[in-house]
Amino acid sequence: MALDQSFVGRTYPPTPAYEVGREKIREFAEAIGDANPAYTDAEAAKELGHPDVIAPPTFVFAITFKAAGQVIEDPQLGLDYSRVVHGDQKFAYTRPVRAGDRLSVTSTIEAIKSLAGNDILDIRGEVHDETGEHVVTAWTKLVSRAPEEA
Amino acid sequence: MTAKIAYDEVEVGTELPAGTFPVTRATLVRYAGASGDFNPIHWNEKFAVEVGLPDVIAHGMFTMAEAIRVVTDWAGDPAAVVEYGVRFTKPVVVPNDGVGAVIEVSAKVAAKLDDRQVRVDLTATSAGQKVLGMSRAVVRLA
Repeated sequence: MALDQSFVGRTYPPTPAYEVGREKIREFAEAIGDANPAYTDAEAAKELGHPDVIAPPTFVFAITFKAAGQVIEDPQLGLDYSRVVHGDQKFAYTRPVRAGDRLSVTSTIEAIKSLAGNDILDIRGEVHDETGEHVVTAWTKLVSRAPEEA
Repeated sequence: MTAKIAYDEVEVGTELPAGTFPVTRATLVRYAGASGDFNPIHWNEKFAVEVGLPDVIAHGMFTMAEAIRVVTDWAGDPAAVVEYGVRFTKPVVVPNDGVGAVIEVSAKVAAKLDDRQVRVDLTATSAGQKVLGMSRAVVRLA
């Protein structure tokens, strides 16, 4: 069923702060097998000009996607999440996410399209730190596949 | 931000050192835990087949994370990446055969932009299939 176009432009309330921990960054870096010392060694990060260890570029997705849950699970929107696949993903960074950040995400529905029975949903997540400074914007395209013909 | 590659030293067509990233079921379980994405299509073969997939598949975000390593290793400082986007075109199928799959990533400078930035286009394949499309990063060099 096509999603309601009137949801385009809807912005959801900012999420409670997510505190970025050094060990969570380390866990993520190890999970992707990336030994870059900027992720685990505060001294190495400082040599690059960062106040503490930084997170790999895609780390923030865990935070923005959780925030997008407000949209995905909005009963008024009525998305069938069991049929959703991740179509596109993009990030634009003002600065890297780093340990100690307290990040809040504001999610907005940028577009809703229907293509060959598939519902396509574009969600933008604006990530700010506790001082209100922009850190990164994440764009997530979700595709809810049309049910198979009975 | 302290990239180790100088803008003046790269040209359109400059190739970055390529990367080869193995992925097994254990890799996916570990990534699920670290990322919080516990969708069973990434660890439960029975479930994956029931929803029409050939087998367990890697998280798209795992593939995205591996691909950008070619850029962050090249640039030195991961903060050199100012934009990064991909399209998930084909899944990375990860069989439970003790071997798993391999993601192969190559990248080259596609355009020189203002402000010491370059656009890098990435190619990621697994089992001979392109798994990412429109895979591009904007990188600020020294």
